[in-house]
Formats: sequence, C-alpha cells, structure tokens
Amino acid sequence: MKYKSQKVAYWFFALSMLLLVLQLVYGFVMGFARIGFDNLHEFVPFNTARAVHTNLLVVWLLSGFMGAAYYIIPEEAQRELVNVKLAYVQLISLAVVGVVAVVGFHFNYWEGRKFLEIPRPLDFLVVINVLLFLGLILVTLFKGKRRTTTALVLSMGLLFAALLYLPGMLPFDSQVMDSFFRWWVVHLWVEGVWELIMGGILSFLLIKLTGVDREVIEKWLYVIVGLTFLSGVLGTGHHYYYIGVNKIWLIVGGIFSALEPLAFLAMALFAVNMYRKGEKKHPNKLALYWTLGAAIVSFVGAGLLGFAHTLPQTNLYTHGTLVTAMHAHLAFWGAYGMIVLAIISYSLPNMTGRKLYLTPRGRAAFWLSNIGMIGMTVAFGVAGVAQVYLERKFGMDFMLVQKEISIHFVVLIICASVFTTGIIMYIIEFYKHGRPTDEAMEVSIQ
Amino acid sequence: MLSKKQARAFFLGGTLVTFLIFIGLTIYSFSKGNDQSNHENITESVVRGKKIWESNNCMGCHTLLGEGAYYAPELTKVIDRLNMKYNGQGEEVIKSILMSPVPWQPNGRKMVAYEMTEQEAEDVVEFFRWIGEIDLNGFDRIVSPLAKEDNNN
Ligand code: HEM
Ligand code: HEM
Ligand SMILES: [Fe+2]
Repeated sequence: MKYKSQKVAYWFFALSMLLLVLQLVYGFVMGFARIGFDNLHEFVPFNTARAVHTNLLVVWLLSGFMGAAYYIIPEEAQRELVNVKLAYVQLISLAVVGVVAVVGFHFNYWEGRKFLEIPRPLDFLVVINVLLFLGLILVTLFKGKRRTTTALVLSMGLLFAALLYLPGMLPFDSQVMDSFFRWWVVHLWVEGVWELIMGGILSFLLIKLTGVDREVIEKWLYVIVGLTFLSGVLGTGHHYYYIGVNKIWLIVGGIFSALEPLAFLAMALFAVNMYRKGEKKHPNKLALYWTLGAAIVSFVGAGLLGFAHTLPQTNLYTHGTLVTAMHAHLAFWGAYGMIVLAIISYSLPNMTGRKLYLTPRGRAAFWLSNIGMIGMTVAFGVAGVAQVYLERKFGMDFMLVQKEISIHFVVLIICASVFTTGIIMYIIEFYKHGRPTDEAMEVSIQ
Repeated sequence: MLSKKQARAFFLGGTLVTFLIFIGLTIYSFSKGNDQSNHENITESVVRGKKIWESNNCMGCHTLLGEGAYYAPELTKVIDRLNMKYNGQGEEVIKSILMSPVPWQPNGRKMVAYEMTEQEAEDVVEFFRWIGEIDLNGFDRIVSPLAKEDNNN
C-alpha cells in the first residue's frame, strides 16, 4: 500500500532537477573564465558564478533530500503525511528563498564565507523553512504505526543538519574563529549528518530493491553511521591544520580523518553484499544502478580521494589548491548527487505509473554522467597536482602556473559536456514519466 | 554475531564520546596559552577590513589561510610577496588595486574593480597584515616568498 501524500516528493524532485541544470550553467561560466573567456565578467564575475554554483548544489541536494523524506517517511511510518498543504507551502518558500539568494549573489548581496554565502537575514528564513519541514516529517513519524530504524536515521540526519546550520550563523571578528565554526557546518554536514541521510535513503532503497530482511540491513546501517561519527566528528580537525589553531589538531585530525574512508568503504561493501544476497529481483534496474553507483563512487570520491590529501604532511602542500576541487567534485557527486538521482529513479515510476525501467536513454544518462564526472575529476586532479609541484614545491608564481595548467581546463570543459549530456538525458527521462497520479500510487508495486 | 542492539549502542556511544572530546578540544584550542590565532592584535581597522573582505566575497576568487577559491592568488602573505616583487611597495600596490576604477588584470585574468576609498583600502591592508602574523603551523612558509626563495636554491 502506498500513500497519496507521497506525491509531494515529485515536486521537490522537479525543483531539484531545475536547480541542477542552473548549477551546471554556472560551472561552465567558471570553466570558460579559466581558459580566458571571461566575457561575462561585468555581470557574472568568477566569484558570483562560484557562489551560485556551490549554493545551487547545496539547495538541489537539500530539495532532493526533502523529497526523499516526503516519499520515504509515510511509507515507513505507514500513514499519510500529517499536512500536505503545508508541505507545498514549504516547497514554494524553499524555492523563493533559493531564488532570492542566488539573484542576490549577482548584486553583491552575500557574505564571503565559502559555502555559506547566503546573508544572515536570509539565513533566518532558511531556518523557518527547515523547521516547517522537520515539523511535518517528525510529527508524521511519531503519529505513524511504526518507527523503523531507516526512518529514524534519515530523520535524525535531517534534524542534526538543521541544528548544525546554527554555528554558521554566529558572528566573529576573527577570521580564524569564523573559519573554525564554519567547518562545524560544512564538514559536519558532508562528513557527518548528511551521511546519515545518505545511509537512510540507501537502506530504504536496498530494502525495496533487494528484498533482503530489514533487520539485517538496519543493523549494518547502525554500524555504518557509527563509523561515520566515530571518525567524522574529530576528523573535522583536517580543516584546522593550517588556519591558525593549535597543533593538537594535526594529530587528532590526522588520525581520525584517516579513518573516515572506513564508513564509505562499509557503505560500498554493504550495498554490494545486500545486492548479492537479495532474492528479490525488482524490475527497476535503473534505480539499482544508481543505488550501487552511489555507494561505490562515494567510496572513490570521498574515501580514496579524501584520504589522498587528508594527512597533515600532504595537506600542507595541497591545502587550498585544485587538488581540493578534484576531491570535492567526485565526493559530492558520488555520495549525494547519485543518491538523490537513485531515489528519484526508484520513486518516479511508482508515483506516475509509467514504468520506464532501464530504457536506453536512462542507461545512457547513467553512464555518460558518470564517465563525464570521472573525466572532470581527472582533469582537476592533473591540474591540481601540477599546481602543487610548480607553485608550492618549486615556488613559481601563481598566475604563471595557472597559464601552464589552463589546457587541463579545456579537458575539463569537454568532460563536463559529456557529464551534462548525461544529466540532460536524465531530465528528459524524468519529464517523460509525466505527472504523479493517485491511481498510480494505489497500484504501484513495492 | 553482532546484534542490532549492539550496533545501536556502538553508534550512540561512539557519537557521544567523540562529540564530548571534540567540544573539549575546541575549548582547549582557544584557551589562554594555547590560542595562536593572533586574537590580541585585532584592531577596529582589522575588523572593518574583514567586513569588506566578506561583503565583497573576495574568497570567491582568492584563498586566504588556504580557504576559498582557486582562481586568484593565495593572500595569506600577500604583503610580503608584493614587497618583494615591487621593491617594498607592497602595501601601495594593494591599495591601488583596490581603489582602481578599472579591472586589474596583470596576467589576463580580471579582478572586479572595487573603487574603494583610501580608508577602505587601508583597512583591508590592515586585515592582511593581521592575517600575516597568525601562527599557521608552517603553512605560511609554503606560501610565502621567503620559503619560495629557499626552495629555488
Ligand atoms: C561525501 C563526503 C565528502 C564530501 C561531499 C566532501 C567535500 C569536500 C569539499 C567541498 C571540500 C572543500 C572544502 C573547502 O575548502 O571549503 C573538501 C575538503 C576536504 N576534504 Fe572532503 N568531502 C567528503 C569526504 C571526505 C573524506 C572522507 C575525507 C578524508 C578521508 C575528506 C578530506 C578532505 C580534506 C583533507 C579537505 C581539505 C582540503 C584542503 O585543505 O584544501 N573529505 N571536501
Ligand atoms: C558542468 C559541470 C561542472 C563544471 C564545468 C564545474 C566547474 C567548477 C569550477 C571551475 C569550480 C571552481 C574551482 C575554483 O575555485 O577554481 C567548481 C567548484 C565546485 N563545484 Fe563544480 N563544476 C561542474 C559540476 C559540478 C557538480 C555536478 C558538482 C557536484 C556534484 C560540483 C561541485 C562543485 C563544488 C563542491 C565546488 C567547490 C570546490 C572547492 O571549493 O574545492 N560541480 N566547479
Ligand atoms: Fe572535511
């Protein structure tokens, strides 16, 4: 049995796709600026393009997570969402705040704090919006017939993500303190509570797609999120090595952040093993591709490429270079981008009644976007390593180095075009599913 | 084998313990004697400089303390670096870049023309001077011209 109120998820996913496309447009603006075509400088200087690119990333992922929660929580709690109208109000207000913020970035209305560029007054609107969302989810969960571990972990991730937004709103006179607490948001999000969200969605999908017993899946979910926090909380120290705080973080951050890949490794092994073990052959193969893909690519992007520069001895040279951008792209894509696309691929046929499982276009979308993103990662990586050697080891001037490595940004743009082709195909497929209907919700298979 | 209950205990216990240590270490790093953030030298001018730095999102192109974007040079030791390049005229050069009505583009890559007043530009320089004196556990040696000199030899 499905629940009609789950349909609201569709609109969060649609918003998410729209913002993703816009994010990519601004990515290209930056890519072209780097190879000398900074023609939009007057209206969209690099810093505007960058703030838009990263903030849209965060908002499309959040919109995807919220959609996922509106889809998953009723099904797990076995009851309708407590108030569907308010969910739509929340959707629209999220879109409005997002648009106002992004437009503001074009008019010098921002705070230059990496990833948290949204100005403080708008932050309060974000908080209200998220409180409304959490209220709807949590009340549904607690009025529900059952409280599953999957639902609890997902909701806990969302709740902590909201709480952790607050340290980022504290004002400081010192740049060092500002940075210190900015990481409580940025790091503890992506290497902490967002992994709970990812783990919750992943476990929901694995239960549905593989048919493995819930008890088994949820036990491993606890182990994974346990590993996440055990390493990730003190792992925050890897951002404190060289920003003007005590040396103790070199040791603490070094040891604990080096353990962080374990959580991602566990996630990958978990997904692959459950898939092997599963008796049930769910027809939605495309959703399975994205689900297993997320678990594996996140291990490569976050686990391996994160580890590559997390020890203090290496980070001393790579800190603040394009090596960081290499890791950032594959980590965000694998862990959070792909899990959002996985839950969309799974839920869309159920909500609309059109079973477009594993069409040629859907398959091409998966492979092109992943191959494109891996190519982009390599391009950033080669540029980054060259930058580290030329600038940091051999002492060449920053801009001279940039000229040397600009060819890698040509490669980046080519790979980004492959990636974008994949995303466009994904969105065409999304569109072809049509709108969600009540009838579809009633007949859909689990 | 591990039961679900044990798995949950591992999650809750591990989280609580590491979180408490994290808070403890935070307090430790900013307590007297351990603080190396150059807090005592923050002047009103430095604070104004930081506000200007923030309200224009300079970090959207540059890095500072290794944080920000990778499009324009690291500015942690910028005064030293430009002093060396322009015979001790580093501060003047920075001010003229910030006050310029046309985009500064020494190597083809454009910076936004901010047209700051003399006072604003002075505040930003003060901010950079303050940043330059923070103890960065050795990172400053990697990005400063003096270390680059050493590396070149
Ligand atoms: C899905 C998980 C992850 C995501 C989305 C992610 C994303 C990012 C992003 C966006 C940055 C740039 C931050 C900035 O400079 O403002 C960053 C930096 C960094 N990440 Fe990750 N990361 C993840 C997991 C990991 C893991 C597991 C490790 C370690 C094993 C790691 C190690 C690092 C390090 C050392 C830096 C600092 C780079 C520098 O000094 O410039 N990351 N990450
Ligand atoms: C059309 C595709 C894309 C292009 C051309 C592109 C290009 C870029 C460029 C040039 C930067 C700025 C690096 C700098 O500061 O110099 C950047 C930053 C960033 N992009 Fe993308 N990007 C694309 C897609 C994506 C996607 C799909 C994601 C996430 C899944 C993403 C996540 C990020 C993040 C997290 C940063 C900040 C990195 C850091 O500070 O280390 N980008 N991107
Ligand atoms: Fe981190």
